[in-house]
Amino acid sequence: MSEPSKPQGRKFQLPEHLKVYQNVWVIVEQERGIVHSVSLELLGEARKLADKLGVEVGAVVLGAESPDLNRICGDAISYGADIVYKVTDPALADYRTDPYCRVMTDVVNTHKPEIVLLGATTLGRDLAGAIATTLATGLTADCTELDIYADNRSLAATRPTFGGTLLCTIQTLAYRPQMATVRPRVMAMPERDDARTGRVIEIQPDLREEDIVTKVLNFIADREQNEAQLAFADIIVSAGKGLGKVENMKLVFDLARVLGAEVGVTRPLVQAGWATNDRQVGQTGKTVRPKLYIAAGISGAIQHRVGMEKSDLILAINTDPNATIFDFAHLGLVGDALKILPALTDAFGRRLSVNRMAG
Amino acid sequence: MHIVVCIKQVPDSAQIRIHPVTNTIMRQGVPAIINPFDLFSLEEALRLKDKVGARVTVLTMGPPMAETSLRKALSLGADDAVLLTDRKFAGSDTLATSYALTSAIRKLAEEDPVDIVFCGKQTVDGDTAQVGPGIATRLGFEQLTYITKIEDLNVASKEIVVQRRSEGGVQVLKTKLPCMITMLEGTNTIRFGRMDDLFRAARYELKTWSRDFTGAEEGRVGLKGSPTVVSKVFVPKPRAEKAKMIQADADTSEAMAAAAIDAIFAAQPKLAGDLLARAAAGL
Repeated sequence: MSEPSKPQGRKFQLPEHLKVYQNVWVIVEQERGIVHSVSLELLGEARKLADKLGVEVGAVVLGAESPDLNRICGDAISYGADIVYKVTDPALADYRTDPYCRVMTDVVNTHKPEIVLLGATTLGRDLAGAIATTLATGLTADCTELDIYADNRSLAATRPTFGGTLLCTIQTLAYRPQMATVRPRVMAMPERDDARTGRVIEIQPDLREEDIVTKVLNFIADREQNEAQLAFADIIVSAGKGLGKVENMKLVFDLARVLGAEVGVTRPLVQAGWATNDRQVGQTGKTVRPKLYIAAGISGAIQHRVGMEKSDLILAINTDPNATIFDFAHLGLVGDALKILPALTDAFGRRLSVNRMAG
Repeated sequence: MHIVVCIKQVPDSAQIRIHPVTNTIMRQGVPAIINPFDLFSLEEALRLKDKVGARVTVLTMGPPMAETSLRKALSLGADDAVLLTDRKFAGSDTLATSYALTSAIRKLAEEDPVDIVFCGKQTVDGDTAQVGPGIATRLGFEQLTYITKIEDLNVASKEIVVQRRSEGGVQVLKTKLPCMITMLEGTNTIRFGRMDDLFRAARYELKTWSRDFTGAEEGRVGLKGSPTVVSKVFVPKPRAEKAKMIQADADTSEAMAAAAIDAIFAAQPKLAGDLLARAAAGL
C-alpha cells in the first residue's frame, strides 16, 4: 500500500495515560553466552536518545541464570545502560518466540518504556514482530537513523523504502512503546566505559516448561565460517553491473587478494547469479563500515548506498562522470574499471612487495 | 490438512525509477510480481501437499489487480485463492495488515480448520518481516521464522520438526500444529506449473472478500488502525562535498592507479601503514 508524503513530524499530543511511558530500552540479544554486537551498538544509540529525552537507558537481558549472563549485564552497563532488567528462567536458555514474547510483554507492561530497540537479526525480527502485536503498538524495521521530534518527544525512525530507492521517516502516534529494529553495523560501536555504574533489577518470570509447545531438539553451530566476512572487513572491493560480465569478477578478486580484502557486490549481481548473497552490500544485504571501500562499476543506487556510506574512505571508479556514486564517495576516478582494477592490483602489489624487500 | 499461504503482489523494485525533477516514484510500467520471498513458502506448502496431502489456499490483501498474483499461485498448484480487498484497508501498516489477514484466515478456518500458515520471510517493497509474526501472535500459532528445512511432519500426531536459521547456527525445533512458517530464501526452487493447473487457474472463480465479510473492525484497519505514520519521504541528501576527483598525470590506467593509491594513502595514512606492515609480515 502506498504511503503519501506528509509534512515532517506529526503534531499531536500524547494522551495522559501514555505519558507514564519513559526510558529508552534495548533488548540485549544473547545466545549461548555471546552478546550480539548489534545490541552494544544499540546501547550507544539508546544513550543518545535518552540524553535528548532526559531519561534513562534500560537494557533487558534474558536467559538462564549463568556467570555469562551476569557478565553480559555488566557489559550492558559499560556500554551505556543505567538499568539492567535481568530476566532469568531455565525456559529462556534458548531463544523461542513464545516464552520470550510472553516475558517481554509482561516486562514492558510493568515498567513502561517509551522506546524499545532491537537488532534486526533473526532473533530480533522474530521477537519484535511478535511483541509489537501483543502490545498493539508501532514497529519500524531496519532503521538507518533514529532521532527525537523535540515538540512531542516522539521517535523519528528513518529507513529506506520502496526497495531502497527513497528514505522515509516513520513516527508512532498515540501508542507506546515506540519500537524499532536496526541492522548490525548501521550504528557506531560506542566506547566501553568500565567506570560506568548502573543498577540491576532481577526478574524471575513464572514460566513452566510444560506450557511451552516448541522444544529445541538441537543446535548445530555453524562450522568454520566459509561465508564472506563482509561486515567486519577492513577493506572491501565491490563490483556492480559496470563490470559487464561475470568473467570480469576475477579482476575484483585479484585486487582483493593483494589487499587482503573481502569482495562485495550490488544486488543486481546477486540476482544475475554472479555472486552469492552473503557478498551483497546494501539494504537487503550487509551493512559495512570498512576503512577503505573500493566501488568498481557501481552507479550508487540508494539500495547499495545505505549499506556502505558509513565507510571511512570510499573510492569510486566509474566511466560515467555523472554517476550518483560520486555524490557520496570521498574519492572519484572516472575511467574504465576493467582497465583500472588490474592496474591497481599491479601497483598495490608492487608497492607492498617493495616494502617487504626493504623491510 | 489445510495450509494457507499469504502472498503479496509487489512492484518489481529492481525496476522502480525516481523522477529526476519531482523526486516522486514513477510507477508507470513497473511490472507487478509475487513477492519473491513468498515463492519459497508457496513451494514448501505445495511440497507438503504432494507429500502428505493438503488443501492449499493462497490469500492476499491488496487492490483488485492483485488477482493476477493469485492466479499465478493457482497455476503453480494452489487449490483455492482469496483476495481480501477493500478501500478501507488502504494505508494499513504492518499491525493493521496482520489484523486484516488474520480476520480472513479465521474466516477460512470456520469452513476448514487451518493447520499451517505460510508467509514470506519479508517483502521486497516493505522489507519489514513483521506481518508473519503478527499473524502467528494473533492466531496463537507457534511461530517458526527463517526455516531452512522441514525435517518431518506427522499428520496424525500434528507434530512438526524444522530447522531454523539463527545467529551462529541452526536450531532444530519440534513443535505442534497449528503453526506459522516463513521460509528462508534459497531453500527450494519454485516449480513450473502444470498445463491442467494453468487452465484451472484461468477459469477459477476467485473468492473476493471485503472487510465486512471477514468481520474485521473498521477502526483496526487502514490508516485508523495503524500506529505508525510516514511523516516524511525523501531522497537522501548527497554529502556536502562531492567526491574529490583524482587527476592522473597521463591518460593511462597505470597513471590513474598510481594517482588513486597516492590519494588513498594521503587520506588514510594509517591504512597505508597497516597494509605495509601486513605485506612485510608476508601475509
